[in-house]
Amino acid sequence: MNRENLINTILLLALATVPLWAMANDAPYTITLATKVAIFALAGVGLNIALGLGGLVSLGHAAFFGIGGYAMGILASHAQNFEPIMQWPLLIEGSKSMPVIWITGVIASGLAALIIGALSLRTSGVYFIMITLAFGQMLFFFAISWPAYGGEDGLSIYIRNGFPGLNTLLPIHFFGICYTLLALALLFSAKLAKSPFGLALNAARQTPARVEAVGLSPYRLRLTAFVISGMITGLAGALFADLNRFVSPSMFSWQTSGEIMVFLILGGVGRLYGPVAGAAAFIMLEHFLGGLSDYWHIYLGVLLLLVVLFARGGIIGFLAGRQVAHD
Amino acid sequence: MSLLDLRHMSARYGASQALFDVSLSLEPGQVLALMGRNGMGKTTTIKTICGMVRATGGQISFDGLDIARLPSFKIARLGIGLVPEGRRCFANLSVLENLTAAARPGEWDFARVTRLFPQLAERQNQMAAILSGGEQQMLAIGRALMTNPRLLILDEATEGLAPLVRQEIWAAIRKLKRDTGMAILLVDKSLSELAQVADRAVILQRGESVWDGAFTDLSDAVAGRYIGV
Repeated sequence: MNRENLINTILLLALATVPLWAMANDAPYTITLATKVAIFALAGVGLNIALGLGGLVSLGHAAFFGIGGYAMGILASHAQNFEPIMQWPLLIEGSKSMPVIWITGVIASGLAALIIGALSLRTSGVYFIMITLAFGQMLFFFAISWPAYGGEDGLSIYIRNGFPGLNTLLPIHFFGICYTLLALALLFSAKLAKSPFGLALNAARQTPARVEAVGLSPYRLRLTAFVISGMITGLAGALFADLNRFVSPSMFSWQTSGEIMVFLILGGVGRLYGPVAGAAAFIMLEHFLGGLSDYWHIYLGVLLLLVVLFARGGIIGFLAGRQVAHD
Repeated sequence: MSLLDLRHMSARYGASQALFDVSLSLEPGQVLALMGRNGMGKTTTIKTICGMVRATGGQISFDGLDIARLPSFKIARLGIGLVPEGRRCFANLSVLENLTAAARPGEWDFARVTRLFPQLAERQNQMAAILSGGEQQMLAIGRALMTNPRLLILDEATEGLAPLVRQEIWAAIRKLKRDTGMAILLVDKSLSELAQVADRAVILQRGESVWDGAFTDLSDAVAGRYIGV
């Protein structure tokens, strides 16, 4: 086992251990914090496929995070009000089942990513960043002006959605769900990176013309990566909405896109466990520094500067001491 | 029917015309040497065949299909494997990853490529960026073979390599000709090596094909006039 794998294992075990310790010491808020880390890390795993593997600097991933969140909000609000979502031409009812909500959120985010990606991937560089940002903001303002689902005030869900065989109201059970999904996403991401698709995507990031010469279309590779990335981020959005039992347009905001990117840069862009390290660092800073000062983002900014200037591989790269192509 | 057929092909880089009238044809299993002095249009001809430079006139057909307007990845998928000038491996991937990324279904797989170039098996986990020039060239050829092409194009495959490594590359090209039915289009400056492997030759002069015939018919006078040997 190399040093990076060892650090990754420790990180994953630590994330599992903290809530168990919190449960033993009757500290449910700590479990909620660990759940938040798992969810943000999941969103980061999604962005890492687009940014880390594909080199796609997307400032619109909040769009998928928000779509996942609103998929949960819409389905659950209709279920709790016993009102169908639509009656004609098909009867579609709401749902309080997490798996149904996840599937809906993942499909909706994937479709959105397909449309946004198909248009934005025809550009590159700063134009790509601006187009993805624009799509995110369009959805943000759409959510604000959608009174049926709370408009600017957002939408509250009174009871957390259910999962067969678990009591999701118990923080440790909900953490278990989020942690399992994060572990599965990390496993999937690792397999994807080493698959012929992932390798070609990695090569296309640096030398698209050479990838074309072996019969692969960089556009199609990137679009596929963007859709997969959007789907995982959408799943994280659905879980985040369930954690808070609340969805609001802020899930679509550019600050959310920026935060997901900050996790990734902090933890290490292109590093498999970079999003986990980054999300953990972000939540810890928010928790500890946020208690000291309302202006804790200043310290976050300083840390980000230090990472970018002196630890190009992020926290994981700094600890593992091994450079990868992204650093 | 020829596998590759170029008729009066022209191409330009912006306002500057690089190819005026290039014609050549290549049969399945044949090895064609594309020759000429530096700057006469050999690499541009290859790039135009592969769709990296758009043809502005004439016809390019591969296996009877007009490929002049196809994007380069679709041309590669039809069965044209390119070993570009300067090797250009995927520097941030290992040897095995370079080969895996390019793999398409067919007879050529990692085992067969490493039988042709055993060094690649020894270096399979090494990053392409830190391979020697010869190993990078072997990897570039191996990567093109992994696409299972019907036509392999090698642009200056032995340029800048040590004599021993050049011999290994030439031996591999001869083996490809002997053991596979693959057509090969070669650009190289070594007449003596080309003579051992090429069936035909086409000579380019200022973007035009000026000589086309069996390699054995290439006289010293013609070589001296157009190639400078």
